[in-house]
Amino acid sequence: MNVPATTDVLVVGGGNAGLCAAITAARAGADVVLLEHAPHFMRGGNTRHTRNLRAMHPGPTATLSDSYCEEEFWTDLLRVTGGKINEELARLTIRESYPLLGWLQEQGVRFQPALSGTLSLGRTNAFFLGGGKALLNAQYRTADKLGVKIFYDTEARDLNFNTGGFQSAVVVNRGYTFEIKARALVVASGGFQANTGWMREVWGSAADNFLIRGTPYNTGTMLRCLMGQGVQTVSDPTQCHAVAIDARGPKFDGGIVTRLDCVCFSLVVNTQGKRFYDEGEDFWPKRYAIWGRLIAGQPEQIAYAVIDAKVAENFMPSVFPSISADSIEALAEKVGLDGAALAATVEAFNAAVVAGNYNPDVLDDCHTEGLLPPKSHWALKLDKPPYAIYPLKPGITFTYLGVKVDGKARVHFSGSQGADNVYAAGEVMAGNILGQGYCAGTGMTIGGVFGRLAGASAAAHRSSL
Amino acid sequence: MIIATDAPATQEARRVMDICNACRYCEGLCATFQAMSLRRTFVDQDFDYLANLCHNCTACYHDCQYAPPHTFDVNVPAVLTDTRIATYEKYAWPGAFARAFQRNGLLVSLVSAVLITLTMALALVLISNNVLFGRFSGPGSFYQIIGHTLMVVVAGLTFGFSVVAMCVSVVKFWKATGKGMPSLKSVWRGCVNAGTLKYLDGGHGEGCSSVDDGFSNQRRIFHQLTMWGFLLCFAATCVATVYDYGLGRVAPYPFFSLPVLLGTVGGIGLLVGPVGLIWNKMRSDTTPMQVDYYGMDFAFLIMLFLVSLSGLLLLALRETAAMGMLLVVHLGLVLSFFVMLPYSKFVHAVYRLAALVRFAEEANR
Repeated sequence: MNVPATTDVLVVGGGNAGLCAAITAARAGADVVLLEHAPHFMRGGNTRHTRNLRAMHPGPTATLSDSYCEEEFWTDLLRVTGGKINEELARLTIRESYPLLGWLQEQGVRFQPALSGTLSLGRTNAFFLGGGKALLNAQYRTADKLGVKIFYDTEARDLNFNTGGFQSAVVVNRGYTFEIKARALVVASGGFQANTGWMREVWGSAADNFLIRGTPYNTGTMLRCLMGQGVQTVSDPTQCHAVAIDARGPKFDGGIVTRLDCVCFSLVVNTQGKRFYDEGEDFWPKRYAIWGRLIAGQPEQIAYAVIDAKVAENFMPSVFPSISADSIEALAEKVGLDGAALAATVEAFNAAVVAGNYNPDVLDDCHTEGLLPPKSHWALKLDKPPYAIYPLKPGITFTYLGVKVDGKARVHFSGSQGADNVYAAGEVMAGNILGQGYCAGTGMTIGGVFGRLAGASAAAHRSSL
Repeated sequence: MIIATDAPATQEARRVMDICNACRYCEGLCATFQAMSLRRTFVDQDFDYLANLCHNCTACYHDCQYAPPHTFDVNVPAVLTDTRIATYEKYAWPGAFARAFQRNGLLVSLVSAVLITLTMALALVLISNNVLFGRFSGPGSFYQIIGHTLMVVVAGLTFGFSVVAMCVSVVKFWKATGKGMPSLKSVWRGCVNAGTLKYLDGGHGEGCSSVDDGFSNQRRIFHQLTMWGFLLCFAATCVATVYDYGLGRVAPYPFFSLPVLLGTVGGIGLLVGPVGLIWNKMRSDTTPMQVDYYGMDFAFLIMLFLVSLSGLLLLALRETAAMGMLLVVHLGLVLSFFVMLPYSKFVHAVYRLAALVRFAEEANR
């Protein structure tokens, strides 16, 4: 199939947000073209690596236990973002998250039944049966059935505007350049974290040591184009979802399995063998999103989580085996750290540990005294060989710098410039709600809610009206 | 951690299952991933168990963010198929016959061809032409061709041996993959899950991804026709045995009798089911499949089909002169089927059932 010259709605990006937009617009009767930069097997952007979405619900549903009301969801968002949030859009997202669940099921997406108690997120987050790729498979099948023209291996490179707003997009399909005219544009092309050059502009050479957890195709080309057209932006280029992941993972697309849950049971040191933050400050799910930035601030952007045999089974198995040795010095040598420095850190830590009742399930009373930085919980002496190390690097999920939108997903341009036929959904506008911080499953909720809004708004421009 | 001494299939299974266990997105799909999640690390025998829990529905391949050509190259259905076939060899009894699972399709075909030829040749040599091509009707007509005692002795010995061989194999498998005797409740649960093919439902009841990433119950339906077709035919044989020895009623039985009705319904299942399964397999995406083992699958399915076809033809033409030869061919096919039972695809049923019972035990704990 060749790229058509015109269409009603052009959707750039084939992740959850783009597909929700394309399906909605097609159901509203619009002629829809969807461009996916990745080849078929990598389709779907970061959605491929997701597994759930956060949804408000007044009572138990087939896929969510208990209830999760608007105020509680709002409080959670307010807390993690530290107030860097657009309340109107956030509340819109929260309210629309509930009907989103049913709508996704109508599009063929299947959820796991609510399993109360087995997962701490079972109350607030609905889990896709089979994960994000299963969700994408269902969405693509539905979009295809509705007649959405889907092009893989097709990148949108540039956007043309005139006084009437957005006119056309320049796209590269199988190596050839085409121009597609459309009545409305939906940008759902993600952040720019996979653009090494842009990341270096923001972070300097430190960016070279970052791992990109998701798709290598999120290069921010559309975001840059829109910024060139004077779009209003939200959040800032340094803000992103950055977690501590196994340093041995691939540069791109390592996904969930390079996640490490060992930090709160370990001592984390930098290349000098020195600790730099309280590993036991809070439960890991509440702290893991700050550790990416913490490690980004350390020399060479790498850190080492050191554990002993006592806690080796206190966290989920990780994909790479730990590096282990029978003494701290030998362990240090294995990863190229100074043995004496690491031994000194461990000794100082052990001396500061106050015995308590160790319990990984609560904020226990095992802590240090007189140590800087302290370890507030789960502080056990590191004294039972074999000792083990997991190397950690910052893993970037997505960047928050985005385009400002309104409650119809319409993109705001500054001053007299502008267009009234450009819409955005997903990570490219998530910064409206997530100015900083993160709450598990919110990205998919924002993508779904704004995808549907953008699709409906864009379809209103269709030719048959 | 990869242990260099592992067999190749085990080594790859370990690599893949370590990735899966760090991800667990597929936990809602089937018992394989639920059983996997109960383990933090794996011993080699765990893979034998997990591989036999796997129904090869391929849903997890289509749902996998690490499926090839991703760097991690996670292809669970393919690696578990390798492991599963390796367990058939590993637990085969007597051990000398383990090699039967290498190029199994060829072996099953050759053994069947030889046995059928032999049966026909013996019939032609030993039975006079006016008997073999004669017309008989009424009770005892089959035994005019081949004596009752001969039929019972040959069938009894071959089938008996096969049952013993499979029992030994499944006991070896059970002992290797865990401890203790199963509770009656677990056995029942396992039988229900096997009988309903619970784990071909895709986790949502709409079926597995047997052909592409869409859901379909097609494979489940064809497999049900095959499995229940086989079980009905087996039931027909059991009822006929009771008729013969218990009630003194001599075969062939009228069409509207229990053995013939069970056999006819089962036989139709065994015509439609295997053809459907082969058709389904031919259309499947081959990446998550192991095409190398199609020979084993197809030889077994074609065998079932031919046993059924020859049996139904015998029923239809038993009053004609074709009866003699049809009986000989049918019995030749049944003989081949019995002889190859523990060394053909049939064994998947006993290991699968054992694995499902083991899973019921684990899930109860």
